Amino acid sequence: MGNDLSTSLRPAIVLTILFAILLGILYPLAMTGIGQALFPFQANGSLVRDASGRVIGSAVVGQAFTSDRYFQTRPSAAGQGYDGLASSGSNLGPAAQALTDRVKPDVAKRQAEGITGPLPADLVTASGSGLDPDLSPEAALAQAPRIAAARGLPIERVRALVNQRTEGGAVLGAPHVNVLAINRALEALPR
Amino acid sequence: MTIQGWILILGFVGILLALTKPIGMWLFALYEGRRTPLHLVLGPVERGFYKLAGIDPTQEQGWRRYALHMLVFNFVLMAFTYAVLRLQGTLPGNPQGLAGLSPHLAFNTAISFTTNTNWQSYGGESTMSNLSQMLGLTIHNFLSSATGIALAFALFRGFARREAKAIGNFWADCTRVTLYLLLPLCVVLALFYIASGVPQTLAGVIGIDTLEGARQSILLGPVASQEAIKMLGTNGGGFFNANSAHPFENPTALTNLVQMLSIFAIGVGLTWCFGKAVGNTRQGWAILAAMMILFLAGVTVAYWQEAAGNPVLHQLGVAGGNMEGKEARFGIAASALFAVVTTAASCGAVNAMHDSFTALGGMIPLFNMQLGEVVIGGVGAGIYGFLLFAILAVFVAGLMVGRTPEYVGKKIEAREVKLAVLAIAVLPLMILGLTALSSVLEQGLAGPLNKGPHGFSEILYAFTSAVANNGSAFAGLTANTPWYNGLLGVAMWVGRFFIIVPMLAIAGSLAAKKHTPESAGSFPTTGGLWVGLLVGIVLIVGGLTFLPSLALGPIADHLAMIRGQLF
Repeated sequence: MGNDLSTSLRPAIVLTILFAILLGILYPLAMTGIGQALFPFQANGSLVRDASGRVIGSAVVGQAFTSDRYFQTRPSAAGQGYDGLASSGSNLGPAAQALTDRVKPDVAKRQAEGITGPLPADLVTASGSGLDPDLSPEAALAQAPRIAAARGLPIERVRALVNQRTEGGAVLGAPHVNVLAINRALEALPR
Repeated sequence: MTIQGWILILGFVGILLALTKPIGMWLFALYEGRRTPLHLVLGPVERGFYKLAGIDPTQEQGWRRYALHMLVFNFVLMAFTYAVLRLQGTLPGNPQGLAGLSPHLAFNTAISFTTNTNWQSYGGESTMSNLSQMLGLTIHNFLSSATGIALAFALFRGFARREAKAIGNFWADCTRVTLYLLLPLCVVLALFYIASGVPQTLAGVIGIDTLEGARQSILLGPVASQEAIKMLGTNGGGFFNANSAHPFENPTALTNLVQMLSIFAIGVGLTWCFGKAVGNTRQGWAILAAMMILFLAGVTVAYWQEAAGNPVLHQLGVAGGNMEGKEARFGIAASALFAVVTTAASCGAVNAMHDSFTALGGMIPLFNMQLGEVVIGGVGAGIYGFLLFAILAVFVAGLMVGRTPEYVGKKIEAREVKLAVLAIAVLPLMILGLTALSSVLEQGLAGPLNKGPHGFSEILYAFTSAVANNGSAFAGLTANTPWYNGLLGVAMWVGRFFIIVPMLAIAGSLAAKKHTPESAGSFPTTGGLWVGLLVGIVLIVGGLTFLPSLALGPIADHLAMIRGQLF
């Protein structure tokens, strides 16, 4: 057994080093090189820039929207909200008092905005990452009256924008609207 | 529940069944040590590795030597990662300037990745440098899964060989699986992920001026290369804290489907490979059938509960299914399915927060792990865990008719049954013991975020996940403390190697036996009766032990939830 132990040490140590080089360095670096060459936009975080070239967001990652003039994003448990360095869900259980305490005022706020009937669930629940870039079309449509009033737009225009911007079928995932993209489209709407 | 949701679930199963044979054939070629087309490119690498490491791949090992070499390799790998994590602050590839990890966190993480658990006591983006992710963690994602597949091969040889002393060469099994299976598939998968929006760069933090004029910082890094092996190797340790819920790890519904498929791909292939190895592929299909029955039962409950939603929120005027902790792009069905897949296998990646699932929806992932993750299971670990149950099942069948049990041509005798029970007993002993300890001591009770029965579920889930080498969490638990890092570290180690060693002893003992030809008195292990018996044994032996703990946690939680009692 003692002999066995010593014969196993050399392959163990040498293979650790060789695999560390192959899998820990060469593989990720090669993928970085190929990824940067073939898909530079995605490999660098799908960054969205404004006309002056300033980075205003990532097409993939959510950012906070709280103004009445925009489609507002879901509640977020990432740091103080949409903290890109602290992704997290709320981790509150279904019967947690803290969950009810958080949802109740949000429901009241939405109802005060004129949403009638049951609220779309994603509008008042925190996502898994805290960086959800999307809303369900229902949650976006529910915000149309407030946005139309704040911007002085006909409500049909806002609703049409939501329908136009809804992506994804209901089989692989769920239909959704990218909030950053639709808010940029809102900005671009002629008055 | 919707029609589309069920199309996803059944379509997912259909794709898996279609993948089973092709992947199984590839695995079988590696099992036999045959040449593959990839040898043309990677053959020199394999031979170079053997030469430098002084390995003779043709020299086969008995089970003791196989086990010892496997343990030494895993120990050296673990020490290597411990060192990388502790020295992080002084190593390059650290654009955020993060400090080294604390001793107990580095200990926990090194064990976690060595044992294919990938429990995350750390938040990836705030703790790990790019180099630590690549060198410290990605390497384990490959080698812990290669170890699992190598071990499954060893057990297959035990069943397949006659009057043999050896069960293969550990180094050769491990190297071949890494080079000819995991690495090439990961290159393809990583490219797909990058094209879909997963970052792959050595850059660090990017500053953003949001449309509303706020500042947001987001972290980039070599994410796609790690994501590929994280799923394929059923590892599950995410680049980011939120794991596959994070849009940079899992940006679209299509990447989500591919991630779920990669979790199960090698596991289903191994069932076919087993059948082929023992000379009757129907043996493999029978195992897969039993696994799929358990899987679909789990999916049905989880999907039903999540789609039904949270009655507490319905009272407040919120409609529909339970979206707390779920991403809008995935919705209910793809989140519930992912949760069942990741815990049926020993993956532990999450695309939604299990802690915020409904009480019974969250019980399914917990129960899957308590069964020992034998429903498809982790790469390698799933099939060898399931074969332990198969040994028990033929034993029970043998008791009923009073004959010495046989399985795929081998007599199953007292030694094998004792060893199988020993391996299976590790789970309840460790899970329930450590949960009980943490539920009464102050250090343990400091952990849970939620109060009431859900807090107990968080502790139970943590130890279940650790012992079963899953790595998912009811993440409300504050686990980055000396108490939890230490105990969970031990739990992961015992949960991996205290099952592997008895399992290899079984392999050795089976290999030495003569072949027993099938006779009229043999219990057939391919038909519906056998599949039903297997399902029953897994549920009764694996599951029943845990029922009281489930009653205290999720079931109590469910009763409170439907009565509207809050904690």
